[in-house]
Amino acid sequence: MASRYIPNDTEEVRKRLMRATGIETVRDLFSDIPSEIRLRNPLDIPGPLSELEVRRETEKILGKNQTVKELTSFLGAGIWPHHVPAAVDAVSSRGEFLTSYTPYQPEISQGILQALFEYQSMICELLEMDVANCSMYDWASSLGEAARMAARITQRNQFLVPHYISPERMTVLRAYAEAAGIEVIEIDQTLKDGQLDLEDLKEKTSKNTAGVYIENPSYLGFLIDSPDAVSEIVHDADGLFIVGVDPTSLGILRPPGDYGADIVIGEGQPLGNYMNAGGPLLGIFACRDEASIMRQMPGRIVGMTTTQDGKDRAFCMVLQTREQHIRRHRATSNICTNEALCALRAGVYMALLGPGGFEELGETILSKTYHAIRKLSEIEGIRAPFFEACHFEEFTVNFDQTSKSVQEVNRELLECGILGGRSLDHEFPELGQTSLYCVTELHTSEEIGKLQNSIKKILED
Amino acid sequence: MKDFRQARWSEPTVFEIGAPDRRGHVLPALEKGLRSRSAVQDCIPESLRRREAPRLPELSEVEVVRHFMRLSQLNFGVDDGFYPLGSCTMKYNPKMNDAIAHSDKVHWIHPYQPEETMQGTLEIMYKLASWLSEITGTSRVSLQPAAGAQGELAGTLMIRAYHGLNGESSRRDEMIIPDSAHGTNPASASMAGFKVIFVPTGEDGCIEIEALKEAVSSRTAGLMLTNPNTLGIFEERIIEVAKIVHEEGGLLYYDGANLNAILGKARPGDMGFDIVHLNLHKTFSTPHGGGGPGAGPIGVKDPLEDFLPVPLVEFDGRSYFLNYEVPHTIGKVRAFYGSFEVLVRAFAYILTMGAEGLEKAAEIAVLNANYLEHELLKIRGFDIPYGKGRPKKHEFVLSCSRLESETGISARNVAKRLLDYGVHAPTIYFPPTVKEALMIEPTETEPLDELERFVKILNSVSDEAYADPRTVLEAPHNTSVGPVDEVKASHPKSLRLSWRMHKKRLQKL
Repeated sequence: MASRYIPNDTEEVRKRLMRATGIETVRDLFSDIPSEIRLRNPLDIPGPLSELEVRRETEKILGKNQTVKELTSFLGAGIWPHHVPAAVDAVSSRGEFLTSYTPYQPEISQGILQALFEYQSMICELLEMDVANCSMYDWASSLGEAARMAARITQRNQFLVPHYISPERMTVLRAYAEAAGIEVIEIDQTLKDGQLDLEDLKEKTSKNTAGVYIENPSYLGFLIDSPDAVSEIVHDADGLFIVGVDPTSLGILRPPGDYGADIVIGEGQPLGNYMNAGGPLLGIFACRDEASIMRQMPGRIVGMTTTQDGKDRAFCMVLQTREQHIRRHRATSNICTNEALCALRAGVYMALLGPGGFEELGETILSKTYHAIRKLSEIEGIRAPFFEACHFEEFTVNFDQTSKSVQEVNRELLECGILGGRSLDHEFPELGQTSLYCVTELHTSEEIGKLQNSIKKILED
Repeated sequence: MKDFRQARWSEPTVFEIGAPDRRGHVLPALEKGLRSRSAVQDCIPESLRRREAPRLPELSEVEVVRHFMRLSQLNFGVDDGFYPLGSCTMKYNPKMNDAIAHSDKVHWIHPYQPEETMQGTLEIMYKLASWLSEITGTSRVSLQPAAGAQGELAGTLMIRAYHGLNGESSRRDEMIIPDSAHGTNPASASMAGFKVIFVPTGEDGCIEIEALKEAVSSRTAGLMLTNPNTLGIFEERIIEVAKIVHEEGGLLYYDGANLNAILGKARPGDMGFDIVHLNLHKTFSTPHGGGGPGAGPIGVKDPLEDFLPVPLVEFDGRSYFLNYEVPHTIGKVRAFYGSFEVLVRAFAYILTMGAEGLEKAAEIAVLNANYLEHELLKIRGFDIPYGKGRPKKHEFVLSCSRLESETGISARNVAKRLLDYGVHAPTIYFPPTVKEALMIEPTETEPLDELERFVKILNSVSDEAYADPRTVLEAPHNTSVGPVDEVKASHPKSLRLSWRMHKKRLQKL
């Protein structure tokens, strides 16, 4: 069974190897493991199984899943369903990419290096930033690293974030920040339109402020309409301005580089990567072209250079003295393995779409978002969106004026084959019975109509 | 010896191909009844609209595919040939595992779906976690961390939280780490707020017990150790090491990068380790993707279960569910539950191997390494500075410092010359305790012929070094590009981190 992956596991070869090595049995090679910790019994795990059996068994278990293709799903909230062009899978399935390690030897790894440089470059164009690394684990850990980076650069220890951010990101941010002695402070947002309370921000911004973080679009789908004012406030206090984005919005929305962001982070999963029940994801991380900022960046960065004879263009990992394998405990981060293949996929995706594709994608999502908002608003008692602001891709739906809770609505929707929006009653109780709906280019008006009809029926019962 | 020539495409960047208005992907036209594309004008205030289109390339699909296929030919993976990169366990990645992962039932699951609609995902996570517990001798495993280093961060944060609960977080601020450790160990400890205390390696290649005793104190939060260590040597006195640390109230952290050597032979939990991380992209054969994604599950022994990141996958006898009620949880280190597309591959791998297969993998990986060490030691200019004559585990560290002093050929030169034969280079200059180090890990998936070929190649590199060092000094010759100017690449004047930066710098000149 296992031997198909272990070519030397034949009587003859094993004997040859042992003879050459001068040992009697393979056990001799493990004689230095003290007997009291040597495993006496075989591990209690299933297998071995043949390829056919493993496939059958695994597919049987996976068969218990109902996919968002089988159901109609309106879930987003940090990971989003998007179409993945077939060319993306074709490229990332290439064994030369898939089965290679981190490109420590640039001469034999130009392929992945150039692809990652191109990923960095295309991300920079979308964000209007000059420098990007070649990936972090996800948006949440990018946020944690951005807070630490801001604290290192400014030598300050307070990090300001909006009240309405994803609890996933907030929890990760706290884990990353608190160990570095960074205090995470929330900025108030109004219940009416979700906008940042700029007076509150001014009050909380001081000479201790390492950075101020905003997201556009925000976790709850609304846009922050005052990024320039935030930028001014944080820069007046000599702090850093950090912005989080969903890259699929950037064909139509103003890029953060345009309004003074020093560091930009985000989730790259929507760029040609599947949801996979939550991972792998792709942390976007970019910054301004300024030595004092760049040199504090976490993660691997690929640079363009030439061969030593100057004749050919070439690529390699750069600024490695920031990294753990060189700088050890003084490194900017411990990250080693990253999400290179997801970045490669994002690169292929961006190249396929181009500027026109991104504009089309943004327009389509926006148009469908507003279509869904209109349809749901028609239902009596429903308030959609909760916040009076512009929305992209996601929006809040409030059920307070209906006879049912979000949980009840979602349970009944599931009976109709629909996954309703994410319930926010635990995350943000002040929003009442509210859920977060997500609409992307995948959703048809028929599906949105089905959602409207189903909710209508559920509320009428 | 088989000759090797890597493709040379001189492939332009994606920004230098294509033409205006070309497109590689088109979205469906908006359906009837949906508002026209004036949506942007109507819904987005001008101050938030993008004014200028992003300067992305404009390519048709065929151009995109050819471009990236050519780039793939300029790359080298385990699928292409021998990849003895020490400490990275570059074993063959079974194709079946990819086939299983490429399924709608994997790709199209949203993590926030109701649990009853994703029982398959949860069952695989639950079972994988329990198998990894059994394999490592721990009582509970979290699959959340995205990579080994993130497992280390989660582990060190747990150590911090554990001492914090005992009211000792400010006192226990030191993490002890051998000088031969992976760079991620000190970096992770430092990220979790610990001061790093390095202890030296003894002449036998193991941690120096006397130095350890001296380093350990009431300030010790824990010890991070790899076993077998980065020299490929099993830390024989591990029980004593554990006792020394535990007696002072510290915890033991196991870096699982080298677990492949002892699968089914010994378990970190039984050695006294309290927290263990695994690298599924090493030991459990998931592909490394040119740098990731990996997965770095962490296992803990009983008293530490309450500190694990949330959520944990549980089973109530009828169905699987997510449990967020972990009393002293460190929270989360990344969003959601783990990199499922990686996890499902490791699940299939373990099922294929079974207990017997995993043990066999360890045995043959170790046998291959010892055979290779034995043969390579015969080559002029190479030596084993630590643990000569004792069995190695999955890897060993050669030094070519004699070759260097006699011919001027360094470990780096040797590594580059190996590329000319279509062999990936070993890990070089690591661990830092070995001069001119070449860290070699053949894994269990290489056929004998390939190992023999490697011996021949290194032999001929040695011959060249003594007879005609120029060929080696100027290597590589057969790769898609010659020696890359890495100094220039990082020099402030020539630094180019994006195409945009490149163009801006050109304009300035």
